[in-house]
Amino acid sequence: MKRTTLDLWVGLFVVAGLAALAVLALKVGNLSTYNMSDTYQLQAHFSNIGGLKSQASIKSSGVLIGRVGEITLDSKRYEAKVTMTIDKRYQFPKDTFANILTSGLLGEQYIGLIPGGDEEFLKAGDEIKKTQSAVVLEDLISRFLYSKAEDSK
Amino acid sequence: MTIVENLRFLGHRIVNAVWRIGYASRFFMMILFYSGTSFRRFHLTIKELFSSGVMSLIIILVAGTFVGMVLGLQGYETLKRYGSESALGSLVALSLVRELGPVLAALLFASRAGSAMTAEIGLMKATEQISAMEMMAINPIARVVAPRFWAGVISMPLLSALFSAMGVFGGYVVGVVLIGVDQGSFWSQMQAGVDFQHDIVNGMLKSFVFGVAVTAIALFEGYDAPPTAEGVSGATTRTVVESSLTILFLDFILTAFMFQGG
Repeated sequence: MKRTTLDLWVGLFVVAGLAALAVLALKVGNLSTYNMSDTYQLQAHFSNIGGLKSQASIKSSGVLIGRVGEITLDSKRYEAKVTMTIDKRYQFPKDTFANILTSGLLGEQYIGLIPGGDEEFLKAGDEIKKTQSAVVLEDLISRFLYSKAEDSK
Repeated sequence: MTIVENLRFLGHRIVNAVWRIGYASRFFMMILFYSGTSFRRFHLTIKELFSSGVMSLIIILVAGTFVGMVLGLQGYETLKRYGSESALGSLVALSLVRELGPVLAALLFASRAGSAMTAEIGLMKATEQISAMEMMAINPIARVVAPRFWAGVISMPLLSALFSAMGVFGGYVVGVVLIGVDQGSFWSQMQAGVDFQHDIVNGMLKSFVFGVAVTAIALFEGYDAPPTAEGVSGATTRTVVESSLTILFLDFILTAFMFQGG
């Protein structure tokens, strides 16, 4: 086979392989949602984060607007401190609610933001004051059992 | 008497095995050492990329599509019982990107390209082409072996990426087009489930390691083959058996390191 045709085929092969990798990264993987154009950071304290992990999604009205960054234990308040990275296009009022929710019965946990009615918006580095912890199944069950026991008295 | 004979046989086998391991690692170091010389005539590597990479494309693409289609069918049947058909996308993509893509592509590569490498080099040795090169002061490792090694190492991750991409396409065809899983949830669950660094980069790393292992084994077996027709055929068989077992063993080790408790 001539050298030029050989080079052409090998070039096509390498390009196809790299294109497949790009498809995997963008279409199959989450690289396209990783680097959101411009972001700002918010903080929130939760008394219990359940199974929330870093890189979990942050949604408002079901729309993906950011990702969870670092999760640490605040040793002064003994609460989980969650850093959230949020797309700059979306601004939220000062009295926004942050809830830890679960997608489906057994799905991943994510943070849902419910905007309040305040005139002022949260700025970078601000803290969301109103938070609701994850629902822990054991707590729910024990609460249910205790209330049953009370009823039967 | 028989005990002494058995002991002698055992000792002989062990000494032989250790000698072969030493020879193989020396051979591997020689390949790395003479790579620079072979890169100066890069068209040699390009020629080998054609015969081991481009010529393996058809088997990789077809096999990838069918594996993805089977995954789509089987996964749907299982997920349907739990009412979570929408997780089909992430099931297909995760199993392909993490395991099946690198491993199956490497197994196919070992039997399609590795065996050919062994037979080619073994026959070169049997017809004394390697000795002829040495007579002309051409280093056969730099001229024959190193280009084949690098061609294998380069093409293996590319083939594995193509395999996974075709598999996802096959899973899409069966899951969304034929069975009718919702298209949006198929892709969104897939993107939510597959992490770029944790899954895709690790899968590519796996296939790179497999590429090194398969080509090194194939080249060593060819270079070490007894210069007879029987010797070459035995070496080709050993290449396929040894590299398949090595791939599966390495896959276990790498998986244990990469995905522990993830």
